[in-house]
Amino acid sequence: MIASAERVWGLMYRHLALFRHSWPRLVELAYWPILQMCIWGFTASFLATRSGSPAALAGGALLGGVLLWEVSLRSQMGMSITFLEEIWSRNLGHVFVSPLRPSELVAALIGMSFVRMMAGVIPAALLAWALYAFNLFALGPVLVLFFLNLMVMGWSVALAVVSLILRHGAGAEALAWSVLFGITPFAAVFYPVSVLPRLLQPVAFVVPASHVFEGMRTALLNGTVAWDQLLWAFGINVVWLVGASLLFSRQFENARVTGALLAIGE
Amino acid sequence: MIAISVAGLSKRYGETLAVDGISFDVPRGSTLGLLGGNGAGKTTTIAMLLGLLVPSGGSIRMLGHDMATDRFAALARMNFSSPYVALPGRLSVAENLRVYAHLYGVRQRDQRIAELAEQLDLGALLDRPAGQLSAGQKTRVALAKSLINRPDVLLLDEPTASLDPDTGDLVRTWLERYRAESGCTILLASHNMAEVERLCSDVLMLKKGRIVDRGSPDELLERYGRDDLEQVFLDIARDRSLTEERI
Repeated sequence: MIASAERVWGLMYRHLALFRHSWPRLVELAYWPILQMCIWGFTASFLATRSGSPAALAGGALLGGVLLWEVSLRSQMGMSITFLEEIWSRNLGHVFVSPLRPSELVAALIGMSFVRMMAGVIPAALLAWALYAFNLFALGPVLVLFFLNLMVMGWSVALAVVSLILRHGAGAEALAWSVLFGITPFAAVFYPVSVLPRLLQPVAFVVPASHVFEGMRTALLNGTVAWDQLLWAFGINVVWLVGASLLFSRQFENARVTGALLAIGE
Repeated sequence: MIAISVAGLSKRYGETLAVDGISFDVPRGSTLGLLGGNGAGKTTTIAMLLGLLVPSGGSIRMLGHDMATDRFAALARMNFSSPYVALPGRLSVAENLRVYAHLYGVRQRDQRIAELAEQLDLGALLDRPAGQLSAGQKTRVALAKSLINRPDVLLLDEPTASLDPDTGDLVRTWLERYRAESGCTILLASHNMAEVERLCSDVLMLKKGRIVDRGSPDELLERYGRDDLEQVFLDIARDRSLTEERI
């Protein structure tokens, strides 16, 4: 167990050391979440001055949505890009012939994803508090469950992306940045699921984030915790994570059979 | 004692048979050279020995561990170096070595890094980014990485490729010394015949995925009536002489 933790830390150390040598990488982590917060924060402020209290409440939900969606986005990108860093540095050949197990590789990617997500979301949350008096942490302890569910969803998607990179090589790189944006319309980030056409609502139902954001709106607007929504999010996340883990496991072994691990950066 | 035992190893990619049922044993403490032209199956064989590639047939036992079922136990006692696999260029040399010290569970990491830095003359390079080093310096760093866990089996893929003769000689001298002191088993793939003659106690000649001859460098020279391994290599590559019936 200690040996396993040391290997996980070894790979995390490699990526943390990268940030020590490159401040633009660190800035990049927070850049997009802060930019998003500025755009949507000022939009919400503008609407609130025009339309009064209901718009202010909707503005709060909008800011909460922006911030929490960044949790999923940064978690997914953090994990996928950390894996890509290994490809870009042509280092995977050394990593995969070390005693590092595939599960430990995934644990290290998750660890780095958490670090990257926090480095992006915390400054944006502080900015929301400073500029718009929106305190995300006022949601209370339930915020931890929102974070957890959104992170797990991001990791599941990232594992699927890493699996596709293992199968298709560098040609699948673009998915690391784009794939979660494709889910955004069904994640109910900025509007309730009921706004979607009836035909698309079942799609939103199987997206864990849609339950988190429904729960967030309930918490912000009514001050209550929608436990049923959280339970749904948790249950669907388990299905997504198991599915993504199986896919990764299969693709990793398949890459060992086809020789893709030898030529993954090409 | 056998360090590496390979039996009936093969690898097929679709219609192409990259490695065709090769078998060999490598005694502990010896150095085996893998020789062959491009496409002979050297890299594929090494990739299977490292567990990077699943064989289509046959078996590999590494330090007593079956690579099909227990490869991580073996990998902890092995290491690998190749000029074609890079170390993260933005990390300093010391950071790179620290990463692999963690991955291989090395105790007293800083002491081990200091030892290697002294032995391979890396002291002045430890704080420099690995990506900014010369080819010779990178090779020494890669060698330090491959020795970080004091491996019992060391796989080297063209360890002195692109090095000037002086640096290449330093690396070879160091490898000879390391093997003598540690009893490490070395498997070396190289196109440098002088290097193979100097370092290897036994040589496998590969062609089209098959072992077409084997023996010590002296045995091969005598068998082919040649003065150096390069001529033997050319004889085999151009089908000028012996084939597997003499093995």
